[in-house]
Amino acid sequence: MNDIFEALLQIVGKDHVSSQEEERYFYARDSGLMPPHEPDYVVAPKTTEEVQRIVKLANDKGIPIVPAGAGLALTGLVVPLKGGIVIDMKRMNKILEVNEKARYAIVEGGTSHGAVKAYLDKHYPTLRHSIPDAPPAVTIGSNIVIHGQGRLAQQYGFNSDMVSGLEVVTPTGDICKIGSCSMSKYWFSKGPSLPDLSGLFIGWLGSTGILTKVGLKLYPKKKIRDIEIFVTDKEDLVPDILYKLTHTEMVEDINAWFQPLPLMFKGNHHVNIYITGDTEEEIEFKKKIVWDSLKGYFDAKDGGFMWVFPAMKTPFLEMPQKSFMSFADLKKGGGFEYSGPIILVEKYPKCVQKLMEIGSKSDLAYSGFARIIGRSHCMMYSFALAFNRADSDMMNRVRKAINELAEFVYEEGGIPWKPSVEEQKMALEHMDPNTIKLMKMIKDNLDPNGIMNPGNWEVN
Amino acid sequence: MKYEDVVHRCFRCGYCKFTSDYAEFNCPSYRKFGLDTYAPGGRMWLINAWINNEIKTSPHYAEILYSCVTCGNCQEHCVFDFRDDLLNIFETAKQELVSEGFIPSAVRDFFKAININGNPYKEPQNERGKWAEGTGIQPFSDQEYLFYVGDVGSYDERGKKMSRIVGSLLAELGLSIGILGSEETCDGNDVKAMGEVWLFQQLAEANIQKFKEIGVKNIITLDPHAFNAFNKEYPKLGGDFNVWHYTQILASLLKEKKPNFAKYDVRLTYHDPCYLGRHSGVYEAPREILKAIPGVEFVEMDRNKENSFCCGGGGGNFFTDILGIGEDSPARIRVREALDTGSEIIAVACPMCAKMLDDAVKSEELDETIKVMDVAEVIKQTM
Repeated sequence: MNDIFEALLQIVGKDHVSSQEEERYFYARDSGLMPPHEPDYVVAPKTTEEVQRIVKLANDKGIPIVPAGAGLALTGLVVPLKGGIVIDMKRMNKILEVNEKARYAIVEGGTSHGAVKAYLDKHYPTLRHSIPDAPPAVTIGSNIVIHGQGRLAQQYGFNSDMVSGLEVVTPTGDICKIGSCSMSKYWFSKGPSLPDLSGLFIGWLGSTGILTKVGLKLYPKKKIRDIEIFVTDKEDLVPDILYKLTHTEMVEDINAWFQPLPLMFKGNHHVNIYITGDTEEEIEFKKKIVWDSLKGYFDAKDGGFMWVFPAMKTPFLEMPQKSFMSFADLKKGGGFEYSGPIILVEKYPKCVQKLMEIGSKSDLAYSGFARIIGRSHCMMYSFALAFNRADSDMMNRVRKAINELAEFVYEEGGIPWKPSVEEQKMALEHMDPNTIKLMKMIKDNLDPNGIMNPGNWEVN
Repeated sequence: MKYEDVVHRCFRCGYCKFTSDYAEFNCPSYRKFGLDTYAPGGRMWLINAWINNEIKTSPHYAEILYSCVTCGNCQEHCVFDFRDDLLNIFETAKQELVSEGFIPSAVRDFFKAININGNPYKEPQNERGKWAEGTGIQPFSDQEYLFYVGDVGSYDERGKKMSRIVGSLLAELGLSIGILGSEETCDGNDVKAMGEVWLFQQLAEANIQKFKEIGVKNIITLDPHAFNAFNKEYPKLGGDFNVWHYTQILASLLKEKKPNFAKYDVRLTYHDPCYLGRHSGVYEAPREILKAIPGVEFVEMDRNKENSFCCGGGGGNFFTDILGIGEDSPARIRVREALDTGSEIIAVACPMCAKMLDDAVKSEELDETIKVMDVAEVIKQTM
């Protein structure tokens, strides 16, 4: 047993530390297609103080550390590119406080989205948070540092816009409070009216610090939630449809999707429109506004609302939507990868064309999905490609396709979401030099020894 | 290895380790260690790596596989169509370790004890029926039902107490039961779950032969593990018997006989044994019994029925203790959950759960606050 292992064992206890081959194998990879890199150690701390001690140890010894949630970004962001210590945050899963009237919760960084949803459903049935459609194991902290999006994205933006405070362990081992909680017992604002320091950590993919506590904004949860699906076979019309829908300010979430299989979906673009209300009257009122907003399309026979039968409605209304996972086993091989850039909504038709082109020439099963962020301010467009984990040729075709899609995104003025290391490098090539200079200043000052998730957002 | 064409299909999405509402991690070994290698997805990826020679057989790999308590939560919540194979895959991986002779020493000792002594306690066979002394329960001859108590019900002090109470109650309610006593043999359920197929077959075939020889047609089991083996595995080897868990029979008898219960003012909760609940779908019989007792305030724990949290004793862990002790041990977590309901009693229907939770109550220093009682024991209080 070496000194580092012994020190880690002293911090977290014997059940929660490993340097064994099995943990090194597992934590060397995520579910996506990035090449594996083994950590030297894996630890699962329980408290902020344990995280702090681990970070201080790593900083003293110059050992890389990689904070990890559920590892479901699929772009290798928790793969320890330079070895070191993977800190599995999922034991830090306490929901510490809910301020009902100010509509925020304080949770530990490793708390799963599933647990937050369940807790609110049970104890605060009029409150909700923006749950992503990733599996429920996704942690609050990791989802924020990658700017995740959830069911409230159209109304309130990225999940990182819904942060109301942070507790962070910096790379040098300081425990820092960010926002109103830095001077008050209340966690209602991550920045305003103070300097907003949350940007030093959010979006940095764990390369500037570890989120140990998060203030999370909560929102009204209506009693009824329903879905309408508008269908058109003309992708060029979709951006305008989305513009009109967002203008109504009547809807919760808006997703647009298309897929070639099963054949009943082929050739159509489906716009899922989620509507919430406390009464049937409210729902009907909102539906009427929505229907009226799109009337021109069905008058012109360019589209219409499909009948969503109950068996179809149920999976669409689930949060998270479990049925997304079926795509992972489409090829009976437990794998899918997606490029999910943030891009203008007007690029929807080009994204569709590109995905069809890639799918066809690479002979890959594909699915396209857009989640609208804000009032059509932008969208996350998911170019999803299924693969069989036992078919190396198929996996290579997916890798190649993902690279080509990244190039396409930059050409179309988009930016990468949860970018892999390769996509980060491409992003830096396209970035303003002074922006890079500023990023470097921040990184060098926060992490002088370069221990935090090294390889990610390296701006040297 | 069998299932090689399935193992790589796990996406490690993690649905399998939750309850259905996602409120809690419900995989006992994952809950204990907090490392994903101890979750079902971790096991799938490690087994796949082992098949592909990316990792080698090691004591730690074996420990990870044997820390699975076979509670079935993963099968209940996995979102993929291979979900029903999950426990079979884990069992097959353990079979490979058995074949290689690479199993934890506690597992080896368990197999050895059963192979040599016929039970994991290394106790003499002629001690097996001693629990029944003074109860008046007779050896099986031509009674309607065989009352099969299993290893824990025969040798463990807590289990023996449960055997006596259940057996006596069945007899008092007029049921025609007999026991095998020193002729009883291990049912083999946990032997199979731990991957020793050959030994399981020997045990099962011997039991089937014995049951047939003496004319057993109907079996009532004390232990849900035996209930599972008799119902699901023995028919594959030609052992077709009518099998009930004692709570099913009791529920039916109480409905039929309508005995006079004394009022029993108590708040209690019920812990679903995995092999009775998730594995066999028997959720209501124990609840019907408990709810029928006047004065009983029945409350559910947050995790119940399909979402019940295992006591940690399944998959042989009752004997091997690979999950170990500590405040994150499943039984202690479960006791704290029961305490949160305000219950004074945790009712159980499995001798292993009884023992595991009893010990956990002591470890939590809650002896004065909450106690573990078998369903039949609760009834006895009122009759």
